[in-house]
Amino acid sequence: MTVYFIQAFIYLCAAIVAVPLSKRLGLGSVLGYLIAGVIIGPVTGLVGQETVTIQHFAEFGVVMMLFLVGLELDPKSLWEMRNKLFGLGGLQVALTASVVMAVAWWSNQTWTIALAIGLILSLSSTAIVLQTFSEKGLVKTEGGKNAFSVLLFQDIAVIPMLAFIPMLAIPELVEQMQSLAGNGDHHNEPSLVSNLSPWVHGGVVIGSIAGLIIAGQFLSRPLFRYIADSGLREIFTAAALMLVVGIAALMSLVGLSPALGTFLAGVVLANSEFRHELESNIEPFKGLLLGLFFITVGAGINFDVLTGNFLIVIGLTLGLMLVKALVLLILAFMFGIKASDRWLFALSLSQAGEFGFVLLSYTYQHGVLPKDIMDLLALVVALSMFLTPILFIAFDRLILPRYAASKDEKQASDDIPDQGQVIIAGIGRFGQIINRLLVANNIKTIVLDHQAKQVESMRRINIKSYFGDVCRPDLLHTAGIEEAAMLVVAIDDRVRSVELVEYTKKNFPQVAVLARAFDRGHNYELRHAGADVIISETYHSALELGKEALRHLGVHPFKAQQLKHAFAETEDTASDKLYHSWLHEEEKHAFTQHYRDLFIKLETLLLNAMRKDTASKHTKAEREWTPPPKDYLKDFE
Amino acid sequence: MIDATRKILLLFAHPAQTRSEVNLPLFKAAKDMPNITPIDLYAEYPQHRINIDREQQRLRDHQVIIFQFPLYWYSTPSILKEWQDLVLEYGFAYGAEGDALKGKHFLCALTAGGAEKAYRADGYNHFTIRELLRPLEQTANLTGMQFLPPFALFGSRSAAEESRIPQHIEDWQLLLEALTHNRIIYEDVKGLNTINDGLTSLKEIKR
Repeated sequence: MTVYFIQAFIYLCAAIVAVPLSKRLGLGSVLGYLIAGVIIGPVTGLVGQETVTIQHFAEFGVVMMLFLVGLELDPKSLWEMRNKLFGLGGLQVALTASVVMAVAWWSNQTWTIALAIGLILSLSSTAIVLQTFSEKGLVKTEGGKNAFSVLLFQDIAVIPMLAFIPMLAIPELVEQMQSLAGNGDHHNEPSLVSNLSPWVHGGVVIGSIAGLIIAGQFLSRPLFRYIADSGLREIFTAAALMLVVGIAALMSLVGLSPALGTFLAGVVLANSEFRHELESNIEPFKGLLLGLFFITVGAGINFDVLTGNFLIVIGLTLGLMLVKALVLLILAFMFGIKASDRWLFALSLSQAGEFGFVLLSYTYQHGVLPKDIMDLLALVVALSMFLTPILFIAFDRLILPRYAASKDEKQASDDIPDQGQVIIAGIGRFGQIINRLLVANNIKTIVLDHQAKQVESMRRINIKSYFGDVCRPDLLHTAGIEEAAMLVVAIDDRVRSVELVEYTKKNFPQVAVLARAFDRGHNYELRHAGADVIISETYHSALELGKEALRHLGVHPFKAQQLKHAFAETEDTASDKLYHSWLHEEEKHAFTQHYRDLFIKLETLLLNAMRKDTASKHTKAEREWTPPPKDYLKDFE
Repeated sequence: MIDATRKILLLFAHPAQTRSEVNLPLFKAAKDMPNITPIDLYAEYPQHRINIDREQQRLRDHQVIIFQFPLYWYSTPSILKEWQDLVLEYGFAYGAEGDALKGKHFLCALTAGGAEKAYRADGYNHFTIRELLRPLEQTANLTGMQFLPPFALFGSRSAAEESRIPQHIEDWQLLLEALTHNRIIYEDVKGLNTINDGLTSLKEIKR
């Protein structure tokens, strides 16, 4: 136990020291993790043997990441990217694998080894690329979207590769492996399908995927609703984890990639009202595991092999990245990816990836690659991952500035402002009207409510809303508060609405906050918390009814309308003074005479504003359309 | 020629700015110029509740008053009429003690859908634009302001297609600049149908 604590402490320490530093230096978090790994691994030797075990565990971070990616992508948008997925992704894997294979063959490897190397190195690192994209806000760019299609295809392509690679086995190596296995080094993964005929195998695979989709569509909602109604946060977290772990287990049992399975589950749940709640629950785990994974990549760099073959390794790494980038550039050209996006696409995917590690050990176990080649290639994969963040920096500093100027010109010419989206907290009677008005005008809203029942009934009448407690910062984050233009606070809880306004204004001052108040005191509390616009929920409807009362008492309708406006305007001006007095007294925790006096003064002011003053000076409500004095014609004589 | 800088109050009235092809670009072009206070009346008073005190103070603070609007039924959009009804009070703008506007310049910058030849005695609008603006001209007279001939763009619905807008904006900026520097001589231009005709001489001065 003590050993685990010490190791965990070393890993966490390294991350805490290296990552913020790297981020501050503008190098991004991924490079920070990698460097932390190198320092605690090969440089100081604080950690050693266990990195490989931890790496297998940490790869689960990639699985979680793909689940989150799936959540962002509903089935419709997945279907829309099918051409890119198979065209762009398929060509990337095929072309890169062929070129790498040709090079390997040309350097006197047998064709089986060459082909295996080609396949392994054609894959890129989903973990590094997606993490960096989201950190730098590149996910929605043309280059980012295309890169994602390719990464997704690669994740799919791993499955047939796993099936195909054992056929490339070299008999002598297999014998060698079998003798090793006899020493107990080999362990069997549990599998449902290993002893089945291909046809049954296929049936089981298709059945599991269908089961996954159907269960995701029909079973997940009642389950999550049941848990949400219990109001226990940690049980919801447990359920979210259970979902991801369960799918990963099922996929491994039938021989599919867990990452692909959870990605599909994510896509199925992308339209669910629990999407944001799931995201905010899984995200911290994903972040930690991915970080751990990057550390193990750094820690796993074998310095003995590196120093022994320094020039070869460096040469191979740079050569590989060059080849991959060239292939990607050609594809970008073919698929019409333009300007800076073309460079982003080519540079971001030019490394080899974490699946490379998996395939390397797999090929080695199946006697396809000899050990020396495997060690060498593992180093190449790790180094290329190490270089990727540096390429991203090069993209930022060297390539983007070149295209920035032309982009500015384009933006100036079309004058449509980018409105961003609006987050609406609370979809009760008040929030509904706001949402309907905005949605009717094609403004994108994200609606959140903490009552699963309310969300459900909204969904029944086609109002897209999500379950979740908006007062939790992590949920606000997954709902996209960073990119939102506005937050509308329409929740029922007085105290929490003030807290929400305060938190949002403090952390995201660029987001406009519009809030619903219950009464004058709440109004001032919200104003003090920094809300930009506050409307008291009963004020306007009460004024409207007051106007109707005047009308029914015989006041001319237009006059009644003017009186209503005059009332509101006087109230507005006085309200400011009242607020400052309230603020003063709030600090002293007492309602003093002063506030009461002011309030009485406001009433007098209102009375004056309303009263028809026949004296020489016009009152506010009476001033408009006042005819000149009866005797004014003598002015012109 | 007196060269003292004067301040311009630009009162812009357009209720459907998303459809505007000429007026909005004109308003934007004026916004960037010095010594101009641009007021979007429909934005400031979406409920037509005009703040009389604020508007009267604005009038006191400026020496040139411009109404900018698309011509609606031979007159201004409703908010500008509302503005006149409320702001030009007895005792402020007219009457024995109402001299707040005396000596200021008043200009209408308008766009009209009809072609210029329609605004003639023999055209289908029967009156010139200058004649149609008589109520505003007399308002200026009664309040002691000097009424400048309107700055007008005719055939405004096809101006964008015929690429007439850039030239019009250039003329507009030239006019605004001349007004700030008091280079428009009232006596020279007062008889013109539109002030556009008077700009040629200004352009020559500029060259």
